[in-house]
Amino acid sequence: MTNETDSSESAITIPLLTEPRRCCGGGGCAVKPEPSQGSQFLKQGGWLAIALPLWFLIYHYLQPFANYLTMNVFGLDPTSHLGSAVAFFLYDSPKVLMLLALVVLGVTFIQTFVSPERTRDILAKRAGAWSNLLASLLGIFTPFCSCSAVPLFIGFVRVGVPLGATFSFLVSAPMVNEVALFMLLGLFGWKIAGLYALTGVSIAFVSGWILGKLKMEQHLESWVMAIPYNAQAAADYKMGFTDRLDASIQGVREIVGKVWPYIIVGIAVGAFIHGYVPEALMARFMGKGAWWSVPLAVIIGVPLYSNAAGVMPIVQALLGKGAALGTVLAFMMAVIGLSLPETIIL
Amino acid sequence: MPVIEICGPGCSRCKTLAERADAAAKSLGLDYTLLKVTEMPQIMARGVMSTPAMVVDGVVKVQGQIPSIEALAALLSGTN
Repeated sequence: MTNETDSSESAITIPLLTEPRRCCGGGGCAVKPEPSQGSQFLKQGGWLAIALPLWFLIYHYLQPFANYLTMNVFGLDPTSHLGSAVAFFLYDSPKVLMLLALVVLGVTFIQTFVSPERTRDILAKRAGAWSNLLASLLGIFTPFCSCSAVPLFIGFVRVGVPLGATFSFLVSAPMVNEVALFMLLGLFGWKIAGLYALTGVSIAFVSGWILGKLKMEQHLESWVMAIPYNAQAAADYKMGFTDRLDASIQGVREIVGKVWPYIIVGIAVGAFIHGYVPEALMARFMGKGAWWSVPLAVIIGVPLYSNAAGVMPIVQALLGKGAALGTVLAFMMAVIGLSLPETIIL
Repeated sequence: MPVIEICGPGCSRCKTLAERADAAAKSLGLDYTLLKVTEMPQIMARGVMSTPAMVVDGVVKVQGQIPSIEALAALLSGTN
């Protein structure tokens, strides 16, 4: 017999737990998967050993292949408007998707080592400007769902993480997107990726530091400190290598499966810009000379229905047409960090 | 009879976790109760900081992750 309350119906409020919590110390909450078997390891290791070189091989030949398709199969002149747009689309769609898959694989793998609980415990021991810097950096990699912002905030403050560091973390986490960071690295090199990370981390650092200086602690609503809170140890899985790899592959499936339509749309927009928008126009609107280009880019970016991966091809096309780097970065961070649609999707 | 609580303000990630936990408990043939905890003080009282979370009989089993149905079944298999 299943005694189940319908989960899709209205929220049910449950009285506070009165019995003492059977809290498991030292990672006892963790799932204990069966010991990873050697054969499983070999199977996955072998899979990776074939897939990774193949990935690089295909990636390397994407450009000539896209050019060949455009010229010989579709019979388009690659210097024409339509031809260059089509070539851009054919080259960028597989390229961005492949890069995304690799980046998500790596990032998810790294994220199996970090959790908000662990970040909290690291930050609880720090104070001063260092705590802000550390919080800003950890914010890049800690996996974090935007719906968690409020409990995360309370959880951090309750175990003694300075308020400023908590803010630094909460600013940095959505602003510097780890997937976007490595996509930028793959598509444009370390200078642009570094500029992106540095901008986000600086803003998170400075805003958290200022908020910490303002001594806002007394303004916290009293219930924040009054509600019972049993800080739980990081409940992350005790994982072996194969489990982490499994989680990474699952991450790739879920994320790439979810965002590929946005990427295709992004690439289509990028292809249009690449083929049809004249450089002179772009330079006038988004070039270095126009002081209003940065705020304008932010305003255009906010309502855009896109996400980290989908905006990459647009960024690429804008840069290729001579838009100023700062303007494009402002545009990108607006799309990723402030985008309302992405919050809703999550 | 295990009480499975899914903590989260109600975004799509919490719904996914609730569905998977439900499927996992069914696959084990458990006699269980599935509840949703959406009030922030209630979530905090369970010691949960990152959502979505699964709490079974007062013990936090999952935080900030959406494990697969099989992994959830492994977590639930110890309870009766």
